[in-house]
Amino acid sequence: MIDLALAPLYRVLDLWYWVMIRLHGLTGLEILDPSFTFLYRAILMGLCIGVMAPLIGTYLVHRRLALIGDALAHTAFAGVAVGLFVNAVLDFGISPYLTAVVVAMIAALAIELISEATDVYNDVSMAIVLSTGFALGSTLISLNAGGLSVGIDQYLFGNLSTVAPFDAVVLLALCLVVVATVVVTRNQLLYVTFDETAAAVSGIPVNWYNRLLVVLTALVVVGAMQILGVILVAAMLVVPVAGATQLARSFTESILIAVVLAELAVVLGIAAAYYGGATGGPVIVLVAVGLYVVAAVLGKLGDALTDSSAPETDAIEG
Amino acid sequence: MTMPHTTAAPDATDATDAVPDATDAAPDATEADATTSPDPVIDLSNVTFGYTATPVLEDVSLAVDPGEYVAVVGPNGSGKSTLLKVVLGLLAPDSGTARLFGEPSRSFDDGARIGHVPQRTDAAVGMPITVREVVKMGRFPHVGVRGLSSADWAAVEEAIETVGMAGFSTRRIGELSGGQRQRAFIARALAGDADLLVLDEPTVGVDAESVEAFYGLLDALNDDGMTIVLIEHDLGAVTDHAERVVCLNRTVRFDGPTEAFLGSDAFARAFGATVGGIERVAPGDASGDDDASGDDDASRERAAASGGDRE
Repeated sequence: MIDLALAPLYRVLDLWYWVMIRLHGLTGLEILDPSFTFLYRAILMGLCIGVMAPLIGTYLVHRRLALIGDALAHTAFAGVAVGLFVNAVLDFGISPYLTAVVVAMIAALAIELISEATDVYNDVSMAIVLSTGFALGSTLISLNAGGLSVGIDQYLFGNLSTVAPFDAVVLLALCLVVVATVVVTRNQLLYVTFDETAAAVSGIPVNWYNRLLVVLTALVVVGAMQILGVILVAAMLVVPVAGATQLARSFTESILIAVVLAELAVVLGIAAAYYGGATGGPVIVLVAVGLYVVAAVLGKLGDALTDSSAPETDAIEG
Repeated sequence: MTMPHTTAAPDATDATDAVPDATDAAPDATEADATTSPDPVIDLSNVTFGYTATPVLEDVSLAVDPGEYVAVVGPNGSGKSTLLKVVLGLLAPDSGTARLFGEPSRSFDDGARIGHVPQRTDAAVGMPITVREVVKMGRFPHVGVRGLSSADWAAVEEAIETVGMAGFSTRRIGELSGGQRQRAFIARALAGDADLLVLDEPTVGVDAESVEAFYGLLDALNDDGMTIVLIEHDLGAVTDHAERVVCLNRTVRFDGPTEAFLGSDAFARAFGATVGGIERVAPGDASGDDDASGDDDASRERAAASGGDRE
């Protein structure tokens, strides 16, 4: 059933291999050597993350919810721990990423419902959710340590070399779902983000769109976790968006610039990590932060150069 | 159509009572067909609401007819913003009924008919978004999940021109002055074909010159038939423009024509003695006073051109 649904995406993956091999033929780059197909998959996953993380992040950042990515990543870590624990104790074969999705979604909805009840998103409750998630995850893992040799490092920091074809295909599907959902609801998400009261007055069910946004965030966070790791996953939601805010004039432009910055960070970061022999996730984030600094400087320069003649308001037509 | 209501306000004894045609408060009212009175746009009856056990609003009754220009005034904490939320259906009254365009406010769903102009701090004006993108939101209730058609875009451009912001449509909203930003929000309401404009202290933090231009715009819209309900702290601005004043302090302390409000001591009792700007006399009562005649000049200019707001 799932295999049937994912079958077209496996063909997309094959197509991607073919593109990468051709690219290797053209450039001769060592990183694209056909014997490293795991890197092909890692690059594809990175590119998917580079689309969906800044896409969702743009709405989060402008709602002042930048922290929520961090909070959800840490609860997703608890979800991973739950998966590993259940597998070890009950001898199941459940994927830790699946339990991570479930736990992160529950946490996302909990944060949202708390904020609806108390009428405010507050960083205190998010900090509590964050620490609870991480503490729970760490506890379960320490309980497990005797019977389990799985390194938790790959969940904390991400790992480019362990991505299986199935992981890549699932992330591809996730990316399609997230992008399609945002495309369909872009009007409502924009209105709710910009002016929640006016959106509510205009008849938009604001709470449902808020819930949708946090659930999408949970999906993106877990999807990106394999490459970036729990600790750094929130960076891709926030850093490219912060850079784009410095440069963009319109909202559409800001989403496009954020995606471009994120993709640059992914490609340059993976390359730098490969040639430098470093871990991929942290290098991607460092490159993203570097791009943010460049964007901020360019933004200030742009302001200084263009800020001159303000147009005059016209007479009001009665 | 612009008859002021006089609902059980103890201070309004000098205001005209239920018979609309008998009033002389609004000279231009004679051109309205007062014979068939339409459904009120806003109809609150005996509304009580409290966030906790202590009511913020108590037994508030208020009806606003199409085309009226009503200012709700009152001291801080008097329940003005809460009243607005009840009116808009964002809060349900604990007791009493709230109706919008004849439907219960909570279930009213033709959001395009209402234009909401937020307080300065309520919208995310720091985000990268152009004036055109803000005004575009006015069409969202009409288009749902679809994109905007060329007719929708035409409505957007027309609304931007109406408020005199054509030169700013690709500007980031955060780069605008306070007055220009509020014009953009009004354009958003116009783009959605709203026939009720609700403003929550729209001129807080806007410079005096822009405030005048802003009220000029509201006057012009009201002349075109837009119903306007305004919460305002600056009594001077209100009494220069609104036709009807509702003074709120938990319950309705005064409800009647602006002239009667100025003549009464309702504001003094509601606000206490410390309020500035109260000494402002009604236009027409002014004689010889330098300040007052200066004000008159200003309002004439405003009525004539309304093209200020240059900054």
